[in-house]
Amino acid sequence: VNHVLLALASSDDPGQLLPAREQMAFTLGFHIILVPFGLAFPFLMLVANYRGIRTGDALALLLARRWSKVAAVLFAVGAVSGTVLTFELGLLWPGLMGRFGAAYGIPFAVEGLFFFLEAIFIAIYIYGWDRLSPWAHFWSGVPVPLAGLGGTASVVAANSWMNLPGGFAMRDGRVVDVRPADVFFNGAFWYETLHMLLAAYVVAGFVVAGVYAAGMLKGRTDHYHRLGFLIAFTTAAVVMPVQIFVGDVAARQVFHKEPAKFAAMELVRGTSTHVPETLGGVLVDGHVRYGIHVPYAASLLAGFSPDTRIRGLDAIPEPFRPTPRQVTTTHLAFDVMVATGFALLGLAAWFGVSWLRRRDLPSSRWFLRGAAAAGVVAIVSLESGWVVTEVGRQPWTVVGFLLTRDAVTTSGNVWAFFLGTLAIYVAVGCGTVLVLRSMRRRWEGSSDEEVEVPYGPSRSQGSVR
Amino acid sequence: VSYLVAAGLVLGLLAYSMFGGADFGAGFWDLAAGGGVKGRARRALIDRSVAPVWEANHTWLIYCLVVMWTAFPGPFAAIMTTLYLPLGIAALGIVLRGSGFAFRKVTTRSDRARLSSTVFATSSVITPFAFGTVAGALASGRVPAGGNGPPVSSWINPSSLFTGVLAVALCAYLAAVFLAADAEGVMNRELRDWFSHRAWVAAMVTGALSVSGLFVAHADAERLYARLLDVAWPFVLLSIGLGLAALLLLGRMSPRLVRYLSSGAVGALVVAWAVAQAPYLLGTHAAITVSAAPHATLVTLSAIFVAAAAVVVPSLTLLYVLQQQARLEGE
Repeated sequence: VNHVLLALASSDDPGQLLPAREQMAFTLGFHIILVPFGLAFPFLMLVANYRGIRTGDALALLLARRWSKVAAVLFAVGAVSGTVLTFELGLLWPGLMGRFGAAYGIPFAVEGLFFFLEAIFIAIYIYGWDRLSPWAHFWSGVPVPLAGLGGTASVVAANSWMNLPGGFAMRDGRVVDVRPADVFFNGAFWYETLHMLLAAYVVAGFVVAGVYAAGMLKGRTDHYHRLGFLIAFTTAAVVMPVQIFVGDVAARQVFHKEPAKFAAMELVRGTSTHVPETLGGVLVDGHVRYGIHVPYAASLLAGFSPDTRIRGLDAIPEPFRPTPRQVTTTHLAFDVMVATGFALLGLAAWFGVSWLRRRDLPSSRWFLRGAAAAGVVAIVSLESGWVVTEVGRQPWTVVGFLLTRDAVTTSGNVWAFFLGTLAIYVAVGCGTVLVLRSMRRRWEGSSDEEVEVPYGPSRSQGSVR
Repeated sequence: VSYLVAAGLVLGLLAYSMFGGADFGAGFWDLAAGGGVKGRARRALIDRSVAPVWEANHTWLIYCLVVMWTAFPGPFAAIMTTLYLPLGIAALGIVLRGSGFAFRKVTTRSDRARLSSTVFATSSVITPFAFGTVAGALASGRVPAGGNGPPVSSWINPSSLFTGVLAVALCAYLAAVFLAADAEGVMNRELRDWFSHRAWVAAMVTGALSVSGLFVAHADAERLYARLLDVAWPFVLLSIGLGLAALLLLGRMSPRLVRYLSSGAVGALVVAWAVAQAPYLLGTHAAITVSAAPHATLVTLSAIFVAAAAVVVPSLTLLYVLQQQARLEGE
């Protein structure tokens, strides 16, 4: 505790640093939940659509139609919170944008293009119901997940650039010699992007499946609910093992390329070989407390041999060492991510075995209960992974070039801005839930045409005249 | 290349002020639509006009921010560290506006709808005002190149306050014309006349404001005033001409055509400002060529402009065709 207090007291951080970091964490944490629904949820929608056309299954088409409306609502919320994030990058982190915008801005410019396309094609898809021929309509939806993929990759490109900045040189404090392709495809781009894209499919799949699992627990085991469950759950279950594999590869990439972050993730204090894997545990007074140690496991995982040498926190020069609290946060978030990931893998395996044996869901109600909870678990996993990459980068904003305390704004009362943002986001969050629930209630009364969505054609035209 | 990208930035501003402006203004009329059955019909028209495009228009704003921070990072940081108050208000206003509108459209309960409505309308007025003060601060050179300028006097000053009011008036004017045109589209004479009348009043107010703006500029932003009359006068004249033409023709010819005239008047005003301000980004300092990002960044941005035009235009056309079809079905 002493160490924490010392670190807090001794720092000459501007007063804006803490609220700015909290606000960024909060708004990004909110926004990242919406990402899977712009990227992977439209894919589920297209699967349902495809099935509906192929097998003439009217209920599959109904699912696709309803999902497209949910996607529109969530996309609109995501667009709005994305707009705020754009402002925040400038308002909270002028040191970052002002000094590095010439390089860091490029992925965002690319993202803008994809965002535009996605917005347009979501609208086309929603307007296209009953106006385009079934296959033309299906194909008009295909650009949506593709644009989502491009957009997500672009934003992750910007984030990974902060972890492994490349594609530019600094002269007199100015960015020069920009090589746009190297900025975008920086050293951390591939593993971060792949991990995030798969995470989006895991989250969207489990959350949507969870909704229908909850319905089935209440006794709605009709074809419609089963189909909604199966499309979403199968997608997540197929992606889950791939995600575990990619996550493992990504961790090793972090070991090689971002040793400081790896040391925090694995809670490695001193550089050594035969490093144990610490499960749980916190860093107090420079010592690891309360963890369970699995001998050699960290070294084995990092380099397939107990002799693998892992650079510890002591290898980081003193002024750039993360605080014990940041290390503990990164480490625990990493543990939570891995644990929830494996829990989801277990659920997926249960489903897989049952399906291979009997072409049916596991009959146990516990499976449905697990599936109903899986959505929340997947979101927890996503958030933890994001905490690992963000907190694990501290005290840097751009590793090796810009400290977070130099990136933050030095003017204004950020707490007030934060409180305003917080209040509005809470309202938006509650509003979104209310809207989705009222849509569901109306669907249960099965009157589809009365549900109005942003981007959708208006049904209230009668009252205009 | 830096001028090319700066032109791209102005294009984004232009699009945002014309399309986004009409959106904001629709919120203004929502506030002034009155109650009862008539008010409901007016709001229904506003819903109908804003709905298909409401988010696409804010993309222009994001576009401007992204181009600004990538191409001119220094001035961008200067603006953000000085004008954080109005910009913060605008950012929160946009969230409130967007969500208020979306929820009004989906919610069925009338108390919730009324709350969403109020939120949507109020923030539609506050946001353009805040943006206007930012424009005024830039035009009168109140943002220092190094940033961290005075947080209050940079946007609470004659030029900024004036531009804020002007922005609200411009939005209301544009929206009234657009809504009158849409009312004609659905063959509703009563609504068309109501909005035409409002457009006429808004046009008078906006015109009077614009003229008095020259006096404000003369007193408060000398360089802008001199350059407006010196270099940018063709655009000033164009704006006045288009505005007058729109005013005269309003009520005599189809609002659908007047729409283009009034958009043009607003657009010309934005271009006049941009031309008067060149070659400086911050009104009186921070030259475009000096504060621009390295060449490769600017070239990349230009390439993205081209790609966007190539991909977005055809897909937008498809969407437009489908929307027209949807309208035809509704009629």
